Amino acid sequence: MKSVAGLIAAVLLAAAAPARADVELTFYYPIAVGGPLTKVIDGYARQFEKEHPGIKVNPIYAGNYDDARIKALAALKAGQSAPLSVLYSIDLYELIEQDVILPWDDVATSAADKAWLKVFYPALMMNGIYKGKVYGIPFQRSTIVLYWNKDAFKEAGLDPEKPPANWNEMAQMAAKLVKKDARGNVERWGVMVPSTGYPYWMFQAFARQNGHDLMNPEGNRTNYAHPDVIAALQYWRDLGAKHKVMPQGTVEWGTLRQAFTEGKTAMMWHTTGNLTAVKDTAKFPFGVAMLPASRQRGSPTGGGNFYLFKKTTPEERKAALAFVKWLTAPERAADWSMATGYVATRPDAYETPKLKAYAAEFPQAVVARDQFKFATPELSTFQTGRVRKLLDDAIQASLTGQKTPAAALKAAQQEADRLLKPYR
Amino acid sequence: MKHVYGWLLLTPAAILLVGFTHYPAAATLFDSFFSTGTAVRPSRFVGFGNYAALAEDPIFWQVLGNNLWFALGTIPTAMALAMVMALWVNQRLPARALVRMAYFTPTVLPMIAVANIWLFFYTPQIGLLDKLGALLFGAPSHNWLGDPDLVLPATMVMVVWKEAGFFMIFYLAALQSLPPELEEAAKIEGASRWYFFRRVTFPLLMPTTLFVLVNATINSFKLVDHLFILTKGGPDNASSLLLYYIYQVAFSFFDTAAAATLTVVLLVLLAVLAVAQFLLIERRVHYR
Repeated sequence: MKSVAGLIAAVLLAAAAPARADVELTFYYPIAVGGPLTKVIDGYARQFEKEHPGIKVNPIYAGNYDDARIKALAALKAGQSAPLSVLYSIDLYELIEQDVILPWDDVATSAADKAWLKVFYPALMMNGIYKGKVYGIPFQRSTIVLYWNKDAFKEAGLDPEKPPANWNEMAQMAAKLVKKDARGNVERWGVMVPSTGYPYWMFQAFARQNGHDLMNPEGNRTNYAHPDVIAALQYWRDLGAKHKVMPQGTVEWGTLRQAFTEGKTAMMWHTTGNLTAVKDTAKFPFGVAMLPASRQRGSPTGGGNFYLFKKTTPEERKAALAFVKWLTAPERAADWSMATGYVATRPDAYETPKLKAYAAEFPQAVVARDQFKFATPELSTFQTGRVRKLLDDAIQASLTGQKTPAAALKAAQQEADRLLKPYR
Repeated sequence: MKHVYGWLLLTPAAILLVGFTHYPAAATLFDSFFSTGTAVRPSRFVGFGNYAALAEDPIFWQVLGNNLWFALGTIPTAMALAMVMALWVNQRLPARALVRMAYFTPTVLPMIAVANIWLFFYTPQIGLLDKLGALLFGAPSHNWLGDPDLVLPATMVMVVWKEAGFFMIFYLAALQSLPPELEEAAKIEGASRWYFFRRVTFPLLMPTTLFVLVNATINSFKLVDHLFILTKGGPDNASSLLLYYIYQVAFSFFDTAAAATLTVVLLVLLAVLAVAQFLLIERRVHYR
């Protein structure tokens, strides 16, 4: 149904395009039609058109990341032009294998444009570069942070301004934070890490903290079965099975935010994309911190990048470059970050007066930025859907106690090797 | 001239049927004999290679098993409930229209909305089920959707709740078409209500039962919308169903050949089930 609506919207938009526009810039954007962010994007599009007569911008709101990718690829196959799209940063290898995208280096040829390719946080570029060329320009990007409930910390006799800095501290503090009722049933858990939806993403943080990335930059090798990686999964499992500070089994991504704001867990690991929503609904003071360290700190980035498609005219490419440059300018990046909770993609955006003022009043907003120095790219390989699901299944099988972390991860690594062999 | 007229009348329906049912089915069968093509490696003929790969895929077997349990768990319960509800609301009772509507409401709601509601029923601690359990029995919190042993039954309960009202409508319609003389005659003869139900109503409902059974079976393979919201097939595929797996293979893994192969398997399975149902049960059905 959604795709039909999208199609109708596309047809209507195309029909409504005035004849004076020389270049039409249609781009797919992965949010649900009618969501609050559509207004922000529509506003940007209108403003850009005013400043750049001759370019018409048509955003097509295409649902979630999977929907947007399916629609963008289907439109390409059908010969419709969509020169530009915001798609999942980790779709990179898939899009390269389908041979549909173009490196931005091919169009950003002037000295100023080349400099522009280097203004973003390096951590955000790692998912967008293949063989030295930039394919993805970071736009709506997030990372994982630790949220903690200051009232619960006070109640448990902990310093409410001091979040756990490492794994041991997290387990110990969480143990103090667990609250049981008279019958011995848990009323409040110490910590929750979601394990549905995007288990691999959360696990990347654990693995990185324990010293390892889960894949190589070429996207053709995974590192699921290293002893340190297995130890990382063991720690995650132990939070529930041994320390009893997290519920056993999987923790639902979609309802975790409510569990936190209802006070059912004192700490949670979650995306920065939830920051604004937590701020609006939590009735207690809460803090946001970098994730705790084992050997080092670490957190993966995530979210959507701008891709440029191959099937485009030179004029469309020029217009696409102008639009993306305009959208990622420091002022806009700051504005976008404040409107959404996504991180601003470049350091100078945090130097703009309005974001500085916002951060002074709401310091939680800049934690994600400070964590960038410890960031690692989101898991992405060739055959990425399958390779990722192998890891998701292994994580869930260990957390639910069906397999040991070692057995689950070794089996996943073996299967991933089989899938990735042709790409080496 | 008469032919032409007839064919013209048939054309619109025929085009739709061929375009959206027969051609895709044939194309799917055709595609299942080729490998998935990419820009670098074009698609090539692999014979039954995709089927052999499928037979070695442990997730396929797990998902197929899940689906059979899911069908066994939902169909008889939903049908029995539907029949009981239909008998109940077919009587004269106060606010009858309201009760009927109440039973039918779950059917009207879209599955995605239903799943979003039930997600919060099942949420540990803050969900309705856990709150009620704690209040009434002091029960500890259950991780309904996060435990591989509980997750499939949990989704089954939701589907029974959703489906029973729909099937009730068919039974209700059938009950109202039964001639009232039968009941009057039974009363004169002194038959008990249970005897009357067992020997008269139930056999006369058989055509409806067959119809509902076929539909329920198809639905148990067709209804997967809730998985997108509730579990995404997890934990570790414990709640995944065949059609949801097809979606994952096609749109998350981009393996169109494997997805086509899975689709063929699903189609064959459904065809076999439908034929078996008609052949076996047809003999026991009294059509009037």
